Amino acid sequence: MPRIRIDGIDFEAPEGWTILDAAKFLGIEIPTFCYHEGLSAWGGCRLCVVEIGEGKNTKLVTACTYPVEEGLVVRTATKRVIRARKVLIELLLASCPTSKKIQDLAAKYGVERTRFKPDWEDCVYCGLCVRICEEQMMAKAIGFVNRGGKLKITTPFDKTSEICRRCGGCIYICPACQLRCEGPEPPSVVCGRCYNALQPTCIDYYEDYQCYMGLKGECGTCIREEPRKKGG
Amino acid sequence: MNRIESSKELEALVSKLRAESKDRFISISSGTCGRARGSTKVVEAFKEAAKGKIDIKVTGCHGFCQAEPNVIIFPEGIFYQHLKPEDAKEIVEKTVLKGEIIDRLLYKDEVTGERYVYQKDIPFYKKQMRILLGDNPFIDPTRIEDYLARGGYLSLAKALKMSPEEIIETIKASGLRGRGGAGFPTGRKWELARKQKSDIKYIICNADEGDPGAYMDRSLLEGNPHSVIEGMIIGAYAIGANEGWIYVRNEYPLAVEHVTIAIEQAREAGLLGENILGSGFSFDIKIARGAGAFVCGEETALMLSIEGKRGTPRQRPPYPVEKGLFGKPTVINNVETWANVPKIIDKGAEWFSKIGTKTSKGTKIFALVGKVRNTGLIEVPMGITLREIIFDIGGGIPGGKKFKAVQTGGPSGGCIPSELLDLPVDYESLTQAGSIMGSGGMIVMDESTCMVDVAKYFLTFLQDESCGKCLPCRKGIQKMLEIITDITEGKGKEEDLETLEELANVVKDTSLCGLGQTAPNPVLSTLRYFRDEYLAHIRDKKCPAGVCKALIKYTIDPDKCTGCSACKKVCPQEAIVGEAKQPHSIIQDKCIKCGMCYDVCKYDAVVIT
Amino acid sequence: MNIDKEKIVSLIRKHGAKKESLIPLLLDIQSQLNWLPEEVLREVADRLQIPLIDVYGVATFYKAFSLKPRGKHLITVCLGTACHVRGGQRIVEAISRELGIKPGETTKDMKFSLETVNCLGCCAIGPIVVIDGEYYGGMTPQKALSLIKRIEKEEG
Repeated sequence: MPRIRIDGIDFEAPEGWTILDAAKFLGIEIPTFCYHEGLSAWGGCRLCVVEIGEGKNTKLVTACTYPVEEGLVVRTATKRVIRARKVLIELLLASCPTSKKIQDLAAKYGVERTRFKPDWEDCVYCGLCVRICEEQMMAKAIGFVNRGGKLKITTPFDKTSEICRRCGGCIYICPACQLRCEGPEPPSVVCGRCYNALQPTCIDYYEDYQCYMGLKGECGTCIREEPRKKGG
Repeated sequence: MNRIESSKELEALVSKLRAESKDRFISISSGTCGRARGSTKVVEAFKEAAKGKIDIKVTGCHGFCQAEPNVIIFPEGIFYQHLKPEDAKEIVEKTVLKGEIIDRLLYKDEVTGERYVYQKDIPFYKKQMRILLGDNPFIDPTRIEDYLARGGYLSLAKALKMSPEEIIETIKASGLRGRGGAGFPTGRKWELARKQKSDIKYIICNADEGDPGAYMDRSLLEGNPHSVIEGMIIGAYAIGANEGWIYVRNEYPLAVEHVTIAIEQAREAGLLGENILGSGFSFDIKIARGAGAFVCGEETALMLSIEGKRGTPRQRPPYPVEKGLFGKPTVINNVETWANVPKIIDKGAEWFSKIGTKTSKGTKIFALVGKVRNTGLIEVPMGITLREIIFDIGGGIPGGKKFKAVQTGGPSGGCIPSELLDLPVDYESLTQAGSIMGSGGMIVMDESTCMVDVAKYFLTFLQDESCGKCLPCRKGIQKMLEIITDITEGKGKEEDLETLEELANVVKDTSLCGLGQTAPNPVLSTLRYFRDEYLAHIRDKKCPAGVCKALIKYTIDPDKCTGCSACKKVCPQEAIVGEAKQPHSIIQDKCIKCGMCYDVCKYDAVVIT
Repeated sequence: MNIDKEKIVSLIRKHGAKKESLIPLLLDIQSQLNWLPEEVLREVADRLQIPLIDVYGVATFYKAFSLKPRGKHLITVCLGTACHVRGGQRIVEAISRELGIKPGETTKDMKFSLETVNCLGCCAIGPIVVIDGEYYGGMTPQKALSLIKRIEKEEG
């Protein structure tokens, strides 16, 4: 069984597990969006990125698809990861501000504004509908069409499907359709009314979950006040 | 061509063909670009004029695209350029039969005015080291005999007598790194693949050369397909694969044609198929065609494309050497990488490792294009400086303009400014400068190129080519493009640069595949070296290079205008007014800045400000 | 469509009725019919036993495939970097204005289709325009328009 170190915790993970599986088992929270337990991992939203490796050669990979391997070192909430998550959430907000799921993510991860022009789209191409149709319902009535900026999810030739059994699985699982947020008021695209929680702790300066509330505090990710000065 | 049953037979055949090959012949460069310049008619004219007098060889690119249609007369090596069909007769009668040189057809250096008779003396060729491309003028790609007469497939015979491990050690010792752009050590890749236990293994030749501005692989496949095939057979033997694929992009029909012919001829000769040269090793190659998707140059997307699916890359691990095509261990290498293999086996790892720098061995083929005098394909040793390439080989910038930047690595690369012209060309230096080696595209830009427009161009390209799977690439590129477009239209704000940089860095960090991860490079490198230009667009609402339409104006200088009305006739918007022989003027409200008037004016009277 | 069915069946036999044959098969069908009609894609999905959405997804992913009928003369303008730096975009705009169509569209009389391509590999002699398979280098908006006018004249 591969031995990994995740946020300073040494763990022997069963073969075939992903970093996300290991994190969930240990109670470490990693945000996800296009991931669903009952469906195959897609790795498209990139929200679950974590930093792996040590020293100068670290990189960000998606926890939902990266398999555990012997000697893997993972840190789930470094500065680099937190910045990436915030910008990705800004992109999601700009895509589809009417999705409550996205608004909740924004509130939870401290995204108070998006600097990008909102598109007010109905779809974020997470692919959950495609996967539930293929893997759970064994129908394959819908799929990805075109590519890049013209990407769409639809039926062949945009025609009414002969194989769709009207099960409603796609509507059920869609994060944009699930719960619509009516909150955002232009020009702000951020709502933040339903959910307010503390931001996650950045562990770049706080090794292994021990918080050094001492003289350092230079990071500023979770504390916003001036650090107490030495001697008073 | 009869089936060659053993390496002894091969050696005998090669000796025979060498002895029979004629020293005297006219080699006509006729790759796709030569044909775009009319070489087909020139070939016809030569075939007619040379009948019974001298042999004609229709070959692939000679590399000096600027000079095409061109011929080289062997054995002397006389180089004639810019040929028209009418010149054929004269060349045969004067040069071939009488030994007279026709001055007007010689290459002339634009700056010094000097004319050069022999190919080897021409400045464009002088500093090159044409290990791979040098064979092109001697080989008709539709005749395997030509390749054999140059010693072709002897490396294969030598390799089949070595053990696979010995071959891998040789490639490792040579220091060969992947020429597709990432520069992964080839020997190590082969070693990893060899170690995999599997009944089936594959090798693939990545000929999906999608970088705009790069056509090295096209030239190799069109002009010398057997060099690639030979490399692949050796590689397959080394890792234990019996099936191979060459994935050629759809936009290269001539390359597909020549590779198809080459494979058939190699099969006939028994160099592909069962029991090659009596060694017991069997291997064959299939051709897969791309269908217009840049992202299919990425290895996982390429393999999905061969499997008949959408080319959406997947995460690695598992790497292709562990689980690749159809789930089996696969070695993918670029065309140029494969072409290097027979040379290394022939001349040895030490010979190869003596060329280049400490970390980047061997030569690299570059496509030198853009605002430079001598455009074409060049092959140079690693470590040569950009200055030598652009000025010594390329002949500098034409039209009295100043060098501004050179773009390397295609849409994954960056722009390198004049301060860094003395940078040695190797994998590490280019990466440190904010660009990458890439597949070999090298586009020279002068003061009339707007760097913000260049960044916008690449983002537009990548947005079209992105597979769309992951958020940062699909949306991130779109948003970067929106911000840059605003800047080019004079709607940019100062905070935009910070936003652009942060977004670019996140796209780089979080994208799933190489396309997204390197997409921000053009933006980041232009922001790094040409920030002033961005600020001019934002603060002054000006485009210093005179490119961004919303920020420029076309006007007619009344002192230079002769009133010839050439501009008035071509203006699609009827925006030019003026009486005959009187200075004309442009109605700004109607002008759409199409530039047609600027093109036709012979008096430089149309001014862009 | 009956004639087309025979063509398709023989092409499928040539490539083999397996999933991997999809892309080369579609490329061959398109070079025969000049485009990929819906019925043909349905037929291919049926015979190769591939879900229709997968065939449709592949046909729309790759730029080489056209799901709309194309004109008699195909004009392709290269928009690779080297051609762009030498004014390739202006050539597209000039042709667009002249024929009244945008890239990817076909003229109403079905004579011309305009497309752009992201590099043909003739970068040293750009800008490149390909008309009916013939490559033309060193093009300008003027030269492109005169080529088109010549074809229009030949058409009568």
